[in-house]
Amino acid sequence: MNFLTDPAHWRGPEGIPTRIAEHLYLTGMSMLIAVLLAVPLALWLGHVGRGGFLAINTSNIGRALPSLALLGIFSQVLPHGYDSAWPTIAALVALAVPPLVTNTYVGVREVDRDVVEAAQGMGLSGGQLLRRVELPLALPLILAGLRTSTINVVATATLAALFAQGGLGRYIVDGQATSDESQIFAGALLVAVLAVLVDLVMAAVARSASPLARAQRGGHAMERQVVRVEAMVGNPGGPGEGRVGDR
Amino acid sequence: MELLASGTLAANDADSLIWWDWVRRHLDDIGTALAQHIQLTAIAVGIGLLVSAPFALLARRYRVLSGPILAASGVLYTIPSIALLYLLGPITGFTSLLTVEIALVSYTLLILIRNILTGLDSVSDDVREAARGMGLSGRQLLWRVEVPLALPSIVAGIRIATVTTIGLVTIAALLSQGGLGGLILDGINRRFPTPLMIGSLLAIALAVLADLLLLGVQRAISPWTRSRR
Repeated sequence: MNFLTDPAHWRGPEGIPTRIAEHLYLTGMSMLIAVLLAVPLALWLGHVGRGGFLAINTSNIGRALPSLALLGIFSQVLPHGYDSAWPTIAALVALAVPPLVTNTYVGVREVDRDVVEAAQGMGLSGGQLLRRVELPLALPLILAGLRTSTINVVATATLAALFAQGGLGRYIVDGQATSDESQIFAGALLVAVLAVLVDLVMAAVARSASPLARAQRGGHAMERQVVRVEAMVGNPGGPGEGRVGDR
Repeated sequence: MELLASGTLAANDADSLIWWDWVRRHLDDIGTALAQHIQLTAIAVGIGLLVSAPFALLARRYRVLSGPILAASGVLYTIPSIALLYLLGPITGFTSLLTVEIALVSYTLLILIRNILTGLDSVSDDVREAARGMGLSGRQLLWRVEVPLALPSIVAGIRIATVTTIGLVTIAALLSQGGLGGLILDGINRRFPTPLMIGSLLAIALAVLADLLLLGVQRAISPWTRSRR
């Protein structure tokens, strides 16, 4: 605890606020890229009803990938493995994409066919249907996938420090190098608190963005959606968190 | 001239990600790391199963407990593995097997408890009534009817827990417990790509293999789901 109570550790380029900012940058940038890649693609696949097998199984494959192995390979295959954040970010994107693709695809496919037909009957074009009907109705599931991915990425961003990048993992790696257990412990505590906070924020976002879920008594609606995804993923009873490998 | 030639050759070689020559000379180390990895995973999933079974049964008998039990294991699941490994450090040691296994088992709990519960809950009441009508006692009902019917869901849980644990064991190498993560860290520390690549590729192969193997088991014991897909 000594480490955290020392005011010197709360300022400067190696201070806790800086490390948290670095951690959030790695997480935010990775999630932004992952969302931009995964959501439009999966929305379109869901809309035209193609590539279902791929979209659904991508999260099964994603779960099987150990995150450290993924980071390791990306750091070697891409240039500047130890002196740029981009190989790490690329690995985090790869980790974040599968739950987003699966949840978005399932979300769109699960939209009631009657609703789709009614919308078509009202003269909505394909694009309008996607934007005004399918996307809003799929939103709770998309956000559930976003939450899973984000939590995953926050946890894994800690490993960036192994590849000479910033973030809260620095305290763990540097503490280990100097056998400074109070620094290691402080780093671990900060990572845990950040992960729990981000999870709470994501849960709140998911709730506020889905009036349907709110009407169905909060958290339970999310559980049902997860069960729905599982039903489609063909994974009876799995927690479906897709908390790929190592959080 | 010959020296120069071999020097050029070595320089070309240095660019490749995997020096097969190194791999050949360290096959023993690689085998040991792989065996450690499997062992750490098997212990964690085995203990996880032993711990989660009574909790699941408890949560089923006393429904009020199921909320807190699932919530507690859910909170545990939100804490990143790397953090949990070091948070346990002051209590059980920063480089101990005990620390690693406690962390690994903790992560299997949510998955296993939920899947055991889901499996047991999915047994239809008609089946239960029929079994009771045939005179089965509570214990007989559990072991002869409910557990066999819940088995696909339980195996699905074991599958997810195993694959997750294989990934976590990679990270647990930070606590000097060996395994394929040990090769990866060795490669990072020495800025030497070969062990890093070998460790990473084997970790992925192991996870994918375990996933497919347990998927096969899952399908084999629940033939009624096969025709569906």
